[in-house]
Amino acid sequence: MSTSATGASGQQRAPLLDVRNLIVHHGQLRALSGISLQVFPGEVYAIIGANGAGKSTLLRTIAGLHYPTEGQILYDGRDVTRMRPDKRATAGMAMVPEGRRLFPSLTLEENLKVGATFARSGPWTIERVYDLFPWMKERRGQKTAQMSGGEQQSVAIGRALVANPRVLLLDELSLGLAPVIVQRIYGMLPQILSSGVTVLLVEQDVSQALRVATHLQCLLEGHSTLEGRPADVTAEQVEAAYFGMGGHHAATASAAENIAAEGSEA
Amino acid sequence: MSWVNAIIQGILTGGLYALFACGLSLLFGVMRVVNLAHGDLATVAAYIGIGIIAITHVPFLWSVPIVVAIMAVLGYVLQRSLIQAAISRGELTTLIVTFGLSIVIENGLLQFFTANNRGIGVGSSLISSSFSIGSGLQIAWLDVAIFGLAVVVLLGLQYFLSASKYGRLIRAVADDREAAQLSGANYQHVFGICAALAFATVALAGISYGMTTVVSPTTGTDTILLFAFAAVVIGGLGSLWGTLVGGIVLGVSQQIGAQINISYELLAGYIVFLVVLVIRPQGLTARRSQT
Repeated sequence: MSTSATGASGQQRAPLLDVRNLIVHHGQLRALSGISLQVFPGEVYAIIGANGAGKSTLLRTIAGLHYPTEGQILYDGRDVTRMRPDKRATAGMAMVPEGRRLFPSLTLEENLKVGATFARSGPWTIERVYDLFPWMKERRGQKTAQMSGGEQQSVAIGRALVANPRVLLLDELSLGLAPVIVQRIYGMLPQILSSGVTVLLVEQDVSQALRVATHLQCLLEGHSTLEGRPADVTAEQVEAAYFGMGGHHAATASAAENIAAEGSEA
Repeated sequence: MSWVNAIIQGILTGGLYALFACGLSLLFGVMRVVNLAHGDLATVAAYIGIGIIAITHVPFLWSVPIVVAIMAVLGYVLQRSLIQAAISRGELTTLIVTFGLSIVIENGLLQFFTANNRGIGVGSSLISSSFSIGSGLQIAWLDVAIFGLAVVVLLGLQYFLSASKYGRLIRAVADDREAAQLSGANYQHVFGICAALAFATVALAGISYGMTTVVSPTTGTDTILLFAFAAVVIGGLGSLWGTLVGGIVLGVSQQIGAQINISYELLAGYIVFLVVLVIRPQGLTARRSQT
């Protein structure tokens, strides 16, 4: 199935992930001020924004590593707002955390095995991950610490995939990687999507995000500044929303409303 | 010949010290918990063994798996309740909580068992006998058996950690608790299993100590915990086989010290401990955190 088609037809179905008015604090600091989003099956939903916009906090809260002060997270119609992160993982939410976070004292294959320990049944196996990344098979007995950033990122993706998630949360895949490697890793996305996985990703690299996303939302200092389909937003709107220039709050809020209205008409 | 004897006795005693130390090392390596009640829990295990034998009159060897099972369950329960609550409140809290636990256990034992020394009666004559090599070298079968037990326990732990599903999860949780949770692992349950394993080794340590000599309510802190700490630090924090290396170095130093002058036994052990701490603070087996 093509991603653009499911993006449009997905509107009729129930959202797989429904985040409602999320408010999150880091101590006294308010990191997110009322963020909402709906991710439909088959979509690639991208959260973009500058450093410190609250993107990672949003993703970590959805994964259960932070608990929100207010708001709700519904996964497949079920309220998971207070659920432990490991329960969310076994329910079908897998996350590739920022900075890869592999287990350094475990070998490549052991890292994948940990990911597969509590896996749901589904198409992804360790063998299939080796098919996706053929270099892994030969190096499966190696510790991941000596591997390059791109290789580590691939292992982290593999570790998440073998759990057979319904929704894959990708936190800053491009962080610290050369552009060529970033493109290669994002080039794997169609193969991952074709297995029926829905993707919610956070990305600082806007052009990369726009290239793969079926839907996007831009955050600025914990607020949503733009939301819509990549085809419906202009580069100027994205720029204004990303950097928060020139009275953006009023302008982009109305732009987002227009987009939302267009979306529901379509 | 007496020097050779001292070294052999020291090596064999090192096995017992490794048994003391491996549970302490495991808990620290995986959960970053320094369990100050470690020695007292070994004493509890010895008393449970004494109690079981006295009440039910089962043969000694039967009592061992019972004590190990009781201690393993106790380890899981203590981890999921008291120790986990302490971990959630920060590393220093675990020190205070396990220190408190140590005091409670010690006074509880004093209350129930009085301050008298007790030993675990080893029925079998084979295990309480000894053999001699050459002239004047007397080696007790019990010491050999305990050394063998220590090696078997370490091999078993290593196999479990490297080859089993839960062993892999224990290492993963030790590496990165949050990432393990994202893979669906309930880290508190994994900690519980790790504590059960550690407490099982504690049980074997307590029983072994109770067989070689006698225990009293204060044995836990004034002997077992201190020797366990010394063995862990000499061998290297978080390293399983390091506890055997550390135990042997400690045991041999003590025996050599005793050979020079019987009152130097403990002193020699602690001098070596301090020297290692100053010259090689990462321990003799240098690799960082193998568990």
